[in-house]
Amino acid sequence: MTQEPAEKQHTVVALVYDRPGVLNRVVSMVRRRAFNISSLAVGHSETPGLSRMTFVVAGDDALLAQVTNQLRKLVDVVRVSDLNQENTVFRELCMLRVRADAETRNEIMQIANIFRANIVDVAHDSLVVEITGDEDKVDSLEFLMRKFGVLEIMRSGRLAMVRGSHRADAQEEAAVQRWTPNGDPRRSAESAAPQPEAVLPPG
Amino acid sequence: MRLNGGQMICQALLNEGVDTVFGIPGGAIMPLYQTLPQYPGLRHILVRHEQGAAMAADGYGRVTGNVGVCFATSGPGATNMVTGLAGAMMDSVPVVAITGQVAREAIGKDAFQETDVTGVTLPVLKHNYLVMHAADLPRVIKEAFYLARSGRPGPVLVDVPKDVFVEEAEFEYPETVDLPGYPPPTYADQESVQQAAELIAEAKRPVIMAGHGIILSQAYKELQEFAEKGQFPVVTTLLGISSFKADHVLNVGLPGMHGSAFASHAINDCDLIIGLGMRFDDRVTSKVSLFAPRAKIVHVDIDPAELGKNVRPTVGMIGDVRHVLQQLTPLVERADRREWLAYIDQLRLKHPLWREEGDNQIRPQDVIQHISDLTDGKAIIATGVGQHQMWAAQLYNFQEHNSFITSGGLGSMGYEVPSAMGAQVGRPDRTVWTIAGDGGFQMTMMELATMVENNIPVKIALINNASLGMVRQWQDIFYNHDYVATLYTGNPDFVKLAEAFGMRGIRATTKDEVASAVAQAMAWDGPALVDFQVEQTENVYPFIPPGTGVAQMVEDPRLVERQAG
Repeated sequence: MTQEPAEKQHTVVALVYDRPGVLNRVVSMVRRRAFNISSLAVGHSETPGLSRMTFVVAGDDALLAQVTNQLRKLVDVVRVSDLNQENTVFRELCMLRVRADAETRNEIMQIANIFRANIVDVAHDSLVVEITGDEDKVDSLEFLMRKFGVLEIMRSGRLAMVRGSHRADAQEEAAVQRWTPNGDPRRSAESAAPQPEAVLPPG
Repeated sequence: MRLNGGQMICQALLNEGVDTVFGIPGGAIMPLYQTLPQYPGLRHILVRHEQGAAMAADGYGRVTGNVGVCFATSGPGATNMVTGLAGAMMDSVPVVAITGQVAREAIGKDAFQETDVTGVTLPVLKHNYLVMHAADLPRVIKEAFYLARSGRPGPVLVDVPKDVFVEEAEFEYPETVDLPGYPPPTYADQESVQQAAELIAEAKRPVIMAGHGIILSQAYKELQEFAEKGQFPVVTTLLGISSFKADHVLNVGLPGMHGSAFASHAINDCDLIIGLGMRFDDRVTSKVSLFAPRAKIVHVDIDPAELGKNVRPTVGMIGDVRHVLQQLTPLVERADRREWLAYIDQLRLKHPLWREEGDNQIRPQDVIQHISDLTDGKAIIATGVGQHQMWAAQLYNFQEHNSFITSGGLGSMGYEVPSAMGAQVGRPDRTVWTIAGDGGFQMTMMELATMVENNIPVKIALINNASLGMVRQWQDIFYNHDYVATLYTGNPDFVKLAEAFGMRGIRATTKDEVASAVAQAMAWDGPALVDFQVEQTENVYPFIPPGTGVAQMVEDPRLVERQAG
């Protein structure tokens, strides 16, 4: 995925009702409004009947505000929070099926060890390696495994949790009623050519 | 109380204050229809096409402020309603649609008349439900009405399988809803209000842009007080028309693509926009980067997602516009803006709306002027979409609030007849005229039968230019008069057509027949249609071509010529 330099990766966590069609509603909204989501993970939350979705969205702050506000409009979405990079733990689970024979098996297992990855299945000609970590760590292992031949990759998508004792959703409440501008794109780039003061109306 | 699903729906509708339903029965919704006779408090109006049901419910919802209700059967019945419901979504109109679905065990089997209606409508509605157990119906109907009318209103659809209508369960109608994911905001935070007041105090050339939100929250009095106290000129967006008296000295009218030149110039030259319950639609802003280049923006909307979506406000306030105005008005100083208002008056003189006179051809503008005069500006005006809509928006002298019923966001041709019908049913005390184009009229004219059958006395002004006028106009401007598929050569005789439906038909072909044709239609006790055969080549001016700005505005060539001479 190519990215503009101004774009950032944002992690958005949504607490949603565990009902038929909720994923459809969320994904349909994202598609319709042409938001670019690079990862989406869904699972049960600590509360029965509620699930938590983690999105990774690429874009500027204004786009992030649109994504979160449009998510909040969905009736089945209970809460939305934007997790910043500093105080959040990011993890992803990945399973790789790697070509492995008697010659290469040891080397693969050594690399897996260095990454604290686990071998979860062994066959005559392949291994399944399971790794948990942030995206960079998973990417690095994937890169190293390519030399042996990666037959299949499964990645869970990013999961995120705020450090400390607060729930991710807790910081959300105050933000709902308050709207704050983040710069003004209308003024940038092709913003109106300045008109001579002479044509300005009085006042 | 034990009821079956159909009875539950009827009882729930009564509990919600519904008295009228527009719809058409079919296989999957029959069990609901067959229970209707047990509930004489529900008047069912049998329309001729489900699109008409949804649009009539929309028109009803707009004029009454209550929720408009429509019924349709599964499959084609429901898909026929989609255009009407999508329009209600774009224009924030409270509508509840109830559709029949195939029986539960047939769902997913591609059964006869099965469509995934919740799937089809999901992206174009505020919310929807598929109800799999009759026991859920009271809660679902309660929520549907609450969602439709609260916050930013919108359409909600409830899809009910055929066998759920006959399933029995205990009926207890809930008093409240439990929707933790849906908190409609009411008051803006005081800090933002204070910041807005400061911006207003600094502004030399402020302009209010009033939108549909004023009408939806009935903030007419608050808007007038606010505007008069601060002496703010008021432009009204297409859906904001009739939120502010048309001939009020501060009213500058409609801006944008086909708005008056003076309204667009006023926005272009202002230093502060106060956007009230509107969403900076592209028909209003034209090219966003060229929009109001010197203006700071105060934006009030009940929907947080509207703030910063199209333009970035300097101060945004999330809340019901009526409450926000109640918070804001006390903080605004009485101001003397004679200079700025005089400047706008000069713009009015320099850029008037042109009216061709001198021959005996009917111009569309003449028709609207006469209807405006003969109704004293007090009618409800419904329109379709296109040239006639823009002329109605520019010229009708609205004296009563919430009187302009038009398909703004979605721009659905065919809206004119069914929406007027719904509006007349909702407000039997008012005169309802629909200004119709001959293109849109022919998309939903089957509803004339509904009007006659139910004696719904809508007056139809057919602006008949035998063409798809707005598209033809664009062909004039962008395609060198290459009229591809825009000229009708085989239109029906609309007077005979009206008579065939059993309503009064009147024809006007010259300018001096217009006034008497309008008067005859108004004198007729019942629905009437006037076929105004207007000059085909008349175009709507001014015109800001899409993707440009006020500087690129095209004014009426006849006006330009006269001003040059």
